Amino acid sequence: MIRFLLEKEFKQIFRNKFIPKMLIMMPLMIMFVLPWAANQEVKDIRLGVVNYDNREISNRLIDKITSSDYFILVDDYLSAREANDAVERGDIDMILEIPNNFEKEMIRSHNVKVMIATNSVNGTKGVLGTSYLSSIINDYSNDITINHGIIAGKSNINLSVKYLFNVLMDYKVFMIPALIVMLLTMLSGFLPALNIVSEKEVGTIEQINVSPINRLTFVLSKLIPYWVIGIVIMSVCLIVAALVYNLLPAGNVFTIYLFSILYILVVSGLGIVLSNYSDTMQQAMFVMFFFVMILMLMSGLYTPISGMPDWARYITIVNPLKYYIEVMRSVYLKGSTFFDLIPQFYALVVFALFFNCWAVISYKKRN
Amino acid sequence: MNNVIANRLTKSFNNVKVVDDLSFSVDEGEIYGIIGPDGSGKTTLFRILTTLISPDSGSCKVCGFDVTKDYKAIRNVVGYMPGRFSLYQDLTVQENLDFFATVFNTTLGENYSLIRDIYVQIEPFKDRPAGKLSGGMKQKLALCCALVHRPQILFLDEPTTGVDPVSRKEFWEMLKNLKKIGITIIVSTPYMDEASQCDKIALMQNGKFLRVDTPQNFINNYSGKILSVKSDNIYNLLEDLRTYKSLITAFSFGECCHLSSMYNEIDIDNLIDYLIKRKHKNIVISEIIPSIEDCFLSYLNR
Repeated sequence: MIRFLLEKEFKQIFRNKFIPKMLIMMPLMIMFVLPWAANQEVKDIRLGVVNYDNREISNRLIDKITSSDYFILVDDYLSAREANDAVERGDIDMILEIPNNFEKEMIRSHNVKVMIATNSVNGTKGVLGTSYLSSIINDYSNDITINHGIIAGKSNINLSVKYLFNVLMDYKVFMIPALIVMLLTMLSGFLPALNIVSEKEVGTIEQINVSPINRLTFVLSKLIPYWVIGIVIMSVCLIVAALVYNLLPAGNVFTIYLFSILYILVVSGLGIVLSNYSDTMQQAMFVMFFFVMILMLMSGLYTPISGMPDWARYITIVNPLKYYIEVMRSVYLKGSTFFDLIPQFYALVVFALFFNCWAVISYKKRN
Repeated sequence: MNNVIANRLTKSFNNVKVVDDLSFSVDEGEIYGIIGPDGSGKTTLFRILTTLISPDSGSCKVCGFDVTKDYKAIRNVVGYMPGRFSLYQDLTVQENLDFFATVFNTTLGENYSLIRDIYVQIEPFKDRPAGKLSGGMKQKLALCCALVHRPQILFLDEPTTGVDPVSRKEFWEMLKNLKKIGITIIVSTPYMDEASQCDKIALMQNGKFLRVDTPQNFINNYSGKILSVKSDNIYNLLEDLRTYKSLITAFSFGECCHLSSMYNEIDIDNLIDYLIKRKHKNIVISEIIPSIEDCFLSYLNR
């Protein structure tokens, strides 16, 4: 019986004019375009300099700054006011102001102040730019002190930062596992739910309801095709990640599959719950948009959870996406094993049970 | 046991009683027509009988099974054709039939004899998606799908709404053939002219059956006369007839008006004088045998 129902579902999916194309387009877009676009690296910050000192040491600092990839020297300004105007016009993003007696003070006391001003309309750019610039200046000040034969023991602390698990701080490595999660949420969670709602809307579900088919068989016949499609497309993504981005999971691929299957159970359960409460596609779509927004933005996909206020962090505890993203990232980047991920495993099992029980209870063949 | 016995069925939505304390019985092998205006509760009654919704109170047995307790058993023995075309539009005629046969644990071959007469009419289009069939063809396909598991009782909710008169006639011929095989048919329709095709008619309004009887008895028990009135000015005729005397009902019937009174005889000469005063010309008045539609309209207007 279920075999025949599945045959019918696959027939309908592949006979649809749009869905098969979308099934190909969506992973392609996500795997080839988004890793480049969903990127928080900041490059080419436009810098304006106000150099009141204008001697060798200060000029060499500016050379050092502009020789990096991160900054482009737009112009020298004669006064701070002129530079501020340039920021307001949008010509430059940052101002570096070097005081009059910079070189003299540097040699005499190794203690001078420079001023950095940043246009923070784009927050990320502002924060990252400031931190890049200060680290370059710190670096430079260390060089100077050493070059001049002064032992800089008392005030200088050498910071050396090493990015564990992602040595080059490559955002693509960080984003791809999370993007696969997003794809799986849409394909295996929300697509079957919309399918069920459309049967409601067209009225065909009435015909099914007066038949002896039991509810579990019917729901499974809706879910299994999308589980299969989800897993197949995820596999394609893993292969693309390996071939195109040279990104291989540091951990075991089977760990990824195990958690993916578990996660699919969670989202499809959630999808069925939503479909049970929706009578029209419009209503279902709207509720799903809501969930997609909340689940994505509160999952650590784009912004780290550690940066959220406490109350928001508590909300993320009930976000299944968060756990799965954690799993994907740690398996891919850290090479975590199943035993490292036991807490996430339990969390996902609880979600799967919760949503699927709710789905079964709320699914009514009669009311 | 192909019968239905309902006892004080009630179902309300938002405190409106859609099915109101309804008791009736349908005998084996009869065509039982439920006639009533839109919103009278026909579809809700069908949904209770086919176990799609449960009644708030009252009980009902379909083929000897209780609609609340043994709903699973009922689903094996009834066929339901909802008012709205609800087959898979993206599957072909053949695929739809195979699908519904499988859903009921049977095959098309097993019960082919039952649907053969209907199926041969749509067979030329068997590879066409159901959504691309004409209205009458869709109706035939839906009937085939409802019959594919050889049900004992067939529920047809407004099967002929939106179907052309020729197809409607054909459809009723098919139902009569099914009746001969012994299938009980419960059918609802807003078309009064189809009522005379039924063995028994229930006239439904506001969730209640106003009256249940055979079509012949409906006519026989009609007390009063029906006059058919014609004139040049049809538009004003109906209005004038309605203001002629109280306790008289008038309806337009094609190019003439039917005038009836349940209580007092209408004096034809007096009526002609009245109409002449109202500037009607070429007045033709004749007494006619009441049709079933006349009976219903007079009932619904009480």
